Amino acid sequence: MTDPFIELSNVTLQYGGGTLALAQTDLRIPQGDFVALVGPSGCGKSTILKLVAGLLKPSSGGVVVAKREVVMAGTGPSVEAVGGLAAKVRIGLAFQNPTMLPWLTIRENVMIPLKIVEPFRQDWARKKKGEYAERADALLAQVGLKGFGDKRPWQLSGGMLQRASLCRALVHEPQLLLLDEPFGALDQFTREELWAILQSLWMTQRPTVLLVTHDLRESAFLANRIAVMSARPGRILEEREVPFARPRTLEMSYSPEFATLVQQLRMRISHARTPVEGDPPETVPALNLMKVSA
Amino acid sequence: MNALNPLTRQRLLSATALIGFFVLWELACLASGVSDLILPRPSQIADVLWTKMPLLWPHTVQTIYTTLTGFALGVSIGIVVGMIIGSSKLAYDVAYPLLVGFSSIPKVAVVPIFVVWFGAGTVPAVLTSMVISIFPVVVNVATGLANTEPELEDVLRVLGAKKLDILWNVSLPRALPYLFASLKIAITLAFVGTVLAETVAANKGIGNVMIIASGNFDVPMVFAGLVILAVMGVMLYVASAFLERRMTGWAQRKDSSGSVVMA
Repeated sequence: MTDPFIELSNVTLQYGGGTLALAQTDLRIPQGDFVALVGPSGCGKSTILKLVAGLLKPSSGGVVVAKREVVMAGTGPSVEAVGGLAAKVRIGLAFQNPTMLPWLTIRENVMIPLKIVEPFRQDWARKKKGEYAERADALLAQVGLKGFGDKRPWQLSGGMLQRASLCRALVHEPQLLLLDEPFGALDQFTREELWAILQSLWMTQRPTVLLVTHDLRESAFLANRIAVMSARPGRILEEREVPFARPRTLEMSYSPEFATLVQQLRMRISHARTPVEGDPPETVPALNLMKVSA
Repeated sequence: MNALNPLTRQRLLSATALIGFFVLWELACLASGVSDLILPRPSQIADVLWTKMPLLWPHTVQTIYTTLTGFALGVSIGIVVGMIIGSSKLAYDVAYPLLVGFSSIPKVAVVPIFVVWFGAGTVPAVLTSMVISIFPVVVNVATGLANTEPELEDVLRVLGAKKLDILWNVSLPRALPYLFASLKIAITLAFVGTVLAETVAANKGIGNVMIIASGNFDVPMVFAGLVILAVMGVMLYVASAFLERRMTGWAQRKDSSGSVVMA
């Protein structure tokens, strides 16, 4: 693989309290790819996402995005460091919680990145009423929120807010889209509908996507590649190519091939949870601690 | 029951309760024959208010003026200090014990100090109402600023937002409801501070009128001053509550987006 867009090499991350979140993790994502990270809860999926975003610094190892070291080990994850990456790569980010600003309309919320990210920022005063508003409205229409631009966040349901949150993550046409359990709080029907919407948005804009999820069907429906992680300390156990042709449909997600893939992923994760002989050394201090406290 | 809508009925009941209170007071005084040196009847108080208004009016204006000046100064200082303290965790931790210490001093105790420094008159009253209204504003603004959702901050940081971008676009608007909640408290307190200082060390103002009247055993006049204070207090509270609704309607979760003026 030549020149991956995202490259994590031998990354280890230990939180302040001593919790080892990631151990010797390697991950390569080419430009325009759609990768899902799955794994048991607390395995460090979100940690990887934050490392790529530059919101966390690795304890050791390197994180490179667009041929640029995000945060070198040993330097602080300062706003400046993140700003440095953002100056080079446009990033969109969405969480499980849509975090809309309640004093703005939905349209104004979606337009926030245009107010902050260059080159849009310099034209903000001139274009916020015209071009940028149209751009936000067009995206809102694409996710099924046509006509909701003037509503306030509290007037919308959770699913609608999450659609708006997707729009906000995509309005500045990011090269890199980071999604952390974006549909985790939604009901099954809304979730499946949003899978299709996200797929079509990805197919038109073609950003590189890193999706963190614990929903295996979601990962199999959306991603080109699925990285399965072990329980803490997280490591990538296996990467699976997802062979299904796009655009994928809901019918396809009930095909035997799809079910087999999901089942295999599920088995891999159950296996990861059971203790393996010859544990990595970093679990030993934890065991000692338990003995002391017992 | 007739078909009044609930709001009208509620208002009607409130008005009835208010009038009923004064009627009961009047009747109780008449029935018990209590001296107006102890408890004057509402009709006597109304009479004093009516006949002595030309005399009382300048003092009323003085008290309002003092209160609003002290309030404005206190809120301005409170916002600046609150922003400094709320924008950094370190400043918050360092300043908090100091703040708690200062705010737990009974504000009556500072009036003599102001009198020593500035002499009797308007200045100690303005300063007292200023000092008394600073703390609720500082605490609320600092808390409001410190309460930004970390996830939202992440979203903005990843976009390359600078600290100032986050402060201006997210933290300050988010702190506004806290600020306005504190204004309601601060205006009432500023009023208390003014009257307090006026009773101790002023030559004008309703507080001064009341202390002189009580010295002359002119109890109906004392009560007239009390009524003026009550009316002014309610008016100031209502004004700040109105401002709060106008500015932070989004925080009240109403279903109409009508009165939201923030952009």
